Amino acid sequence: MQLNREALLKAYRDMVTIRRFEERVQDEFSKGNIPGFVHLYAGQEASAVGVCSHLGPDDHIASTHRGHGHSIAKGCDVVGMMLELFGRKGGLCGGKGGSMHIADLDHGMLGANGIVGGGPPLVIGAALTAKTLRNSNVAVSFTGDGGSNQGTTFEAMNMAVVLKLPAIFVFENNGYGEYTGAEYAVGSRDIAGRAAGFGMPAVRVDGDDFFAVHDAMREATERARAGGGPSAIEVSTCRFYGHHSGDAQLYRVKDEVRKLREEHDCLKNFRRRVTDARLLEAGDLDAVDAEVAALIDQAVAAALAAPPPEPETLMTDVYVSY
Amino acid sequence: MAQKTIRQALHEALAQEMRRDPRVVVIGEDVAGGAGTGGGRDAAGGVLGVTKGLITEFGEDRVIDTPITESAIMGMAAGSAVSGLRPVAELMFSDFLGVCFDQIYNQAAKFRYMFGGKARTPLVIRTMIGAGRSAAAQHSQSPYGIFTSVPGLKVVIPSNAYDAKGLLIQAIRDDDPVIFCEHKLMYDLKTEVPDEAYTVPFGEANIVRDGDDVTIVAFARMVHYAAAAAETLAREGIDCELIDPRTTSPLDADTILDSVARTGRLVVVDEATPRCSMAADIAALVAEHAFGVLKAPIRRVTAPHTPVPFAPGLEKLYIPDSDRIAAVVREAQGYAR
Ligand SMILES: Cc1ncc(C[n+]2csc(CCOP(=O)(O)OP(=O)(O)O)c2C)c(N)n1
Ligand SMILES: [Mg+2]
Repeated sequence: MQLNREALLKAYRDMVTIRRFEERVQDEFSKGNIPGFVHLYAGQEASAVGVCSHLGPDDHIASTHRGHGHSIAKGCDVVGMMLELFGRKGGLCGGKGGSMHIADLDHGMLGANGIVGGGPPLVIGAALTAKTLRNSNVAVSFTGDGGSNQGTTFEAMNMAVVLKLPAIFVFENNGYGEYTGAEYAVGSRDIAGRAAGFGMPAVRVDGDDFFAVHDAMREATERARAGGGPSAIEVSTCRFYGHHSGDAQLYRVKDEVRKLREEHDCLKNFRRRVTDARLLEAGDLDAVDAEVAALIDQAVAAALAAPPPEPETLMTDVYVSY
Repeated sequence: MAQKTIRQALHEALAQEMRRDPRVVVIGEDVAGGAGTGGGRDAAGGVLGVTKGLITEFGEDRVIDTPITESAIMGMAAGSAVSGLRPVAELMFSDFLGVCFDQIYNQAAKFRYMFGGKARTPLVIRTMIGAGRSAAAQHSQSPYGIFTSVPGLKVVIPSNAYDAKGLLIQAIRDDDPVIFCEHKLMYDLKTEVPDEAYTVPFGEANIVRDGDDVTIVAFARMVHYAAAAAETLAREGIDCELIDPRTTSPLDADTILDSVARTGRLVVVDEATPRCSMAADIAALVAEHAFGVLKAPIRRVTAPHTPVPFAPGLEKLYIPDSDRIAAVVREAQGYAR
């Protein structure tokens, strides 16, 4: 652990923000305040934050349908995100994208994605820009265990190796792609091993442990920034909710989620680690909890109060209007 | 006769054809679900429940859950079709055609012609279309116009449960690749559906309503909006003939042209975007073959040429509705040279 107090507090704040954001989104979705579909990231926070704590605003990420956590970790405005999820004016995408397309190019966030496997090819594009402009930026794709099986993902990995691109492929293995187990759908059951087969360094880390993700990402980022080419990180993680809000989760055994929450909660784990090692006091963390709770309340209040997008915006941001 | 939903009608068609012909297999993501999980199989049965229970009767050799890998799904379906199976592959959302179009566009669609008539490709691709769920730009499109533009593909767009069952059975028995489009907001819609297997032939439009003033051609969910508009207009003394083509390839051009010959006016209603679309295609057909009888310009009521927006208010503006249809029909009826 080489993180100073400030960095630790920021990591904790980002992880708690994601958790509370998602819990609140679940509530608001159940109340009917959020249209469409939402896929919640709770349980996987150490991955997004462990990875993005090495990135600056000029580095790029591409996310998935489960994109709220990545967006928050990359620095997207939480109020703007909530407005977007509610489909309101002032949302990060003006209410035109919603949860599945939340994006903020100003923060190097290339978007959540409605297409599984849509991100990795885009990320090698952002990595090509970095390599061509020699600015030592990196680009990171987040992909699920399910998305790891998509041909687009394989093609992007191979191309990244061929062109020695500063790309990092993060595979968040939460055990499920929709209602099917990774045990079944990932033939080799070894996503990192498969990435290594393309010719890049690849590791598997414990997603309950922020520090494990952080260390792996440090190495991958340093290599990419130094011109050493792509890497892959498989993060073993778990999701605390269903595939989407409202999922009956028939594919899970009774008590599975309760157990995960007890034994594999990356937030609790972080708290224990930093307080045991006397890096932070419980009081410091409690203060962050309170700040975050207020921020989420504020975001929801703003979203509820905001008007819908102006009708004219239906026809803007597209180059032909016939 | 029993009332059944489109979901039940589709399920029944699949089950009956699978019983009849052991070469019929179902392939897709979570068509059963639960593979490799603690909860066990059939946890999904398709994301909208159409294939629920099929694995219990037919087993995992015939209800095949795949990884998330649409190119391989469509390629496997095309390759198995051309070599002796009759696969029904599921492309969960039609938007995902972007991932796998080669296997449909360059492969399956071309085999019969390109191989000099030697290949048969009895493949069905079931896929969801349509906006209206705030599912946003990548889960709400209606790309049947794209499919229809490809020679070698047949394209089916049912608007009710009776047609859904008969057209799906016809699709499974057909020897060409068929894209079978299901509107995501229509699965619970009920009509009377016979219990036994039957077919609805391709290329035969359904005349939903007779009328002499204006011909309306509409697809899928728009059939219902157009019917509601026609009701309103009837009270105003405008008598609409409403045609549901049911299949866009082959297209029942005769029924449309015969109708326009009587009415002299055409309004095409399509939830898809307007450029190079079914609405454009039917307008061109009528302009070319019925120019002499037209009493008013052909009108199209479509989505705008934009991606589908997320916010419910914007999406409502995006999708044509009965009021817009009625307004355009009134203009067509009132047109004076
Ligand atoms: C190309 C494509 N195929 C299928 C889907 C439907 N779908 C959405 S999420 C998902 C599962 C993704 O699983 P995984 O990559 O493991 O991500 P997780 O949901 O676990 O975060 C599927 C099949 C899609 N959106 N895009
Ligand atoms: Mg997963």
